[in-house]
Amino acid sequence: MRVSRRLFIRDGVATVTLGLAAPSFLSAIAQAQGIPSRRLVVVYLGGGNDALNTLISYQDAAYYSRRPGIAIPAGQVLQIGADGAGHALGLHPRLGGLLNVFNEGRLALVQRTGYPNSSRSHFEATDIYGTANPQSSTGSGWLGRYLDTLPRPLDALAAWNTTGETPRALLSGQSGVPAIPNATSYTYASPNRGAAATQERAAAQTMASNPAAGRPHLAFVNGTSRGAIETLDRVAQARSYTPTVPYPNNGFALALRTVAGAIVRGIGSRVFWVETGGFDTHAQQGAAGGAYGNLMGTLGDGLWAFYSDVRNQGLDNDTTVIVFSEFGRRISENGSGGTDHGAAGVMMALGGMVRGGLYGTAASLAPGNPTLENNSGDVRHETDFRSVYARLLDQWLGVNSVPILSGDFRAGAPAIF
Amino acid sequence: MAQLNPEIDHLLRRAGFGVSSVDADIFRDMSPSEAVSYVVDYEGRPDDVDARIGRPDHAQVASKDLFAPDIDIDDARQRWMFRMIHSRRPLQEKMALFWHNHFATAYSKLVTDSGTVQAAKMLAHKPGALRGPQGQLELFRKYALGNFRDLLVQVAQDPAMLVWLDGQSNTKARPQENFGREVMELFTVGVGNHTEADVYAAARVFTGWNLRKSADYRQDEYGDVNAYQEFVYNADGHEASAKTFTFPIYTNGSRTIPARSESEGMQDGVDLITALAIHPETARRLARKFWNFFVSEVHQPDPGFVESTAAVYLQNRTEIRPVVRHILTSPWFNNPSMRHARYSWPVEFVARAIREVGWQGFSLDTVRVPLASMGQLLFEPPNVGGWPLGADWFSTGTMLARTNFAATLAASQKQHLAAALESDSQTPQALLAAMLDRLTPAPLDAAPQQALMAYLAAAGTWTGDGEQLNTRTAGLARLLVGSSEYQLV
Repeated sequence: MRVSRRLFIRDGVATVTLGLAAPSFLSAIAQAQGIPSRRLVVVYLGGGNDALNTLISYQDAAYYSRRPGIAIPAGQVLQIGADGAGHALGLHPRLGGLLNVFNEGRLALVQRTGYPNSSRSHFEATDIYGTANPQSSTGSGWLGRYLDTLPRPLDALAAWNTTGETPRALLSGQSGVPAIPNATSYTYASPNRGAAATQERAAAQTMASNPAAGRPHLAFVNGTSRGAIETLDRVAQARSYTPTVPYPNNGFALALRTVAGAIVRGIGSRVFWVETGGFDTHAQQGAAGGAYGNLMGTLGDGLWAFYSDVRNQGLDNDTTVIVFSEFGRRISENGSGGTDHGAAGVMMALGGMVRGGLYGTAASLAPGNPTLENNSGDVRHETDFRSVYARLLDQWLGVNSVPILSGDFRAGAPAIF
Repeated sequence: MAQLNPEIDHLLRRAGFGVSSVDADIFRDMSPSEAVSYVVDYEGRPDDVDARIGRPDHAQVASKDLFAPDIDIDDARQRWMFRMIHSRRPLQEKMALFWHNHFATAYSKLVTDSGTVQAAKMLAHKPGALRGPQGQLELFRKYALGNFRDLLVQVAQDPAMLVWLDGQSNTKARPQENFGREVMELFTVGVGNHTEADVYAAARVFTGWNLRKSADYRQDEYGDVNAYQEFVYNADGHEASAKTFTFPIYTNGSRTIPARSESEGMQDGVDLITALAIHPETARRLARKFWNFFVSEVHQPDPGFVESTAAVYLQNRTEIRPVVRHILTSPWFNNPSMRHARYSWPVEFVARAIREVGWQGFSLDTVRVPLASMGQLLFEPPNVGGWPLGADWFSTGTMLARTNFAATLAASQKQHLAAALESDSQTPQALLAAMLDRLTPAPLDAAPQQALMAYLAAAGTWTGDGEQLNTRTAGLARLLVGSSEYQLV
């Protein structure tokens, strides 16, 4: 698939609200607000992850009969035990890093996450996970509404989006999130070097600090410009971080490395958004190896490096990662060795405070089973994704999830904390 | 602060992409009204811009292999940027950009359906370059100031649009509402002026409007580039019963498109489009969009402007040229408080910066990544609603992308800029004044002016030549093009 990131944005980005202070390194605002040290790292798997090949029900005969070309042989599955209903489960063989986290009791796998009448459209489904409202794919996002609950003035780096476009989840009417797709290029460029460049940057900052009385539109642009200049140094602090473990050399791992840098350097960001794409595996997805194997390798190796690094820094108890995708995929493989858009998926959480284990029950993939839908083509959801959000908001971020999610999803939420 | 005079500078920022050194010669002796005529009545001047691609005294293009703007989307993006920078008909390109946003169609979805080559061709194929219909952009250029109703009919039959809004799956058995909905909600009357029932009826109207593939068509990049998809009316796919709307379809007030034989059923769509095009709310909605595009995003549309512009549109049977002429000669447009009252779109910003700073040896393939970072990759609007405009263009990341583009451009034009400004370099004040005249940003308050003077003073004893001039001229261009004042047009 070549779906541009732009397509995932619907009705605009938030306006940027900036603090008046100009903190140079550790946010003075953040300090003054006595910010809790907990951070949430959200990992979005773009394109619809094939959950059935991430977490494999390797004793289900229908899994093999319906996926003759792409099923993972039972002998290669990384076994992790059985869920509450007795389904033996294992991870994709390229998720060795996540197996380590699971064995440490710090990886929670929430099976069959989704919502009723699951959208099979990438854009709508992604937006629904963003709004946390299956009835509406427009408007603000759940993390944006979380940011709106934070005291004002909001630190410009309260959240940190590592992609170029603001995802729906981070959209808010009141809380701007800087887009820092590449911390290395989130720098002040000059046509000159040395003193001239330094003087130029000082002039740019002075110009952007002009209140522009009587011209609110100019003042607004100045605000974004000032916000950029004022966050440059803190972003540079994150960029200059030397990790304790090697990270793989791909965009996903490098984004996680930057996030680790921001956490270790105490930048003060509470929410990070990270993406890795390519999960729209309509054709030739492979089994243990091949395209999907590479996706799993990228995911597992990157998260393992990040988890290890943060743990080595003694910050794992302050850090939770969640992983989601906009939908799972069709149970039966299609005619081109891939899978089409399906329904329920798998969500993951990992971190030092996560109560690891298997949550929910695997689907039984033989046609006619009530755990399936769409003429037994897709996996039916069991756990509403919003109950996972609710747990994160209530138990991790320490805010009331009910107003943020416009409903009470606490009952029956998987007890991942 | 003026390149020519404030009225013409304003006109060329809005109806074009700023004032290049070439324009300065063309417009120097014109009155503002002559300038409006020159900009609007461009048909007399040749549409020869593409023939100048590759000339050393123009901006450059670069490609992985052969430059192929009819079948490679990145090359098509470069060709369009080249046109914005060098066309003798800047308003044609400006309006094409307006229609691209109005009928926002994204390459990435076309790729999923048709592959990279055919997707690029559907959007950017210049008529005659290859076999098959013109690309969507060429439609927008052809009808830039043409008849809106005719443009709507063409858009409804445009292969890119048929793929984009799923016309291919709009069948008698399962009418597909995507186009039927957007043709009312986004392309014409707007929200609140139609009902869900109208949407269902419109979907039925357009059943049978579909695509036909040429014999040698393949859906991957290995196919013949001369293969194509083209519009076809499939009579036996058309749902032939009567369709009733909540608004008049015919001038006699009738709201019902009569049942027709399948073979004549294509007229349903033409009747609906005509009705939508002459709907008074379409006239007002276009007038409001033109207000934001030409007059101001800071001030609410003036009711007098909306009504007079809508009236010109309807009196001229949906012709756009008289509408735009009306706007550009109107008191609203020419009110000095409307100057710099719009937020430039990223492509406007980039094209204008290149035109005003310089393009010598500057390769347009280098603007793709910065434009994506600024939030506007051509042929990749976020959805059918177009880009989020106005203040929504600006975030810390996008602003940084703008300022860093200013740095890249200034660095590439260092020698050229210094040479061009050498005669104004006797004092720092003279240099700053010349640069402000060249770039026409929104007026600078005292504080930013002092910051710029301090930047020049930091160079030490002013000599106004050599390395000092190179450095400070480029730095000044970077600071001004990257300033908030320059983002407003």
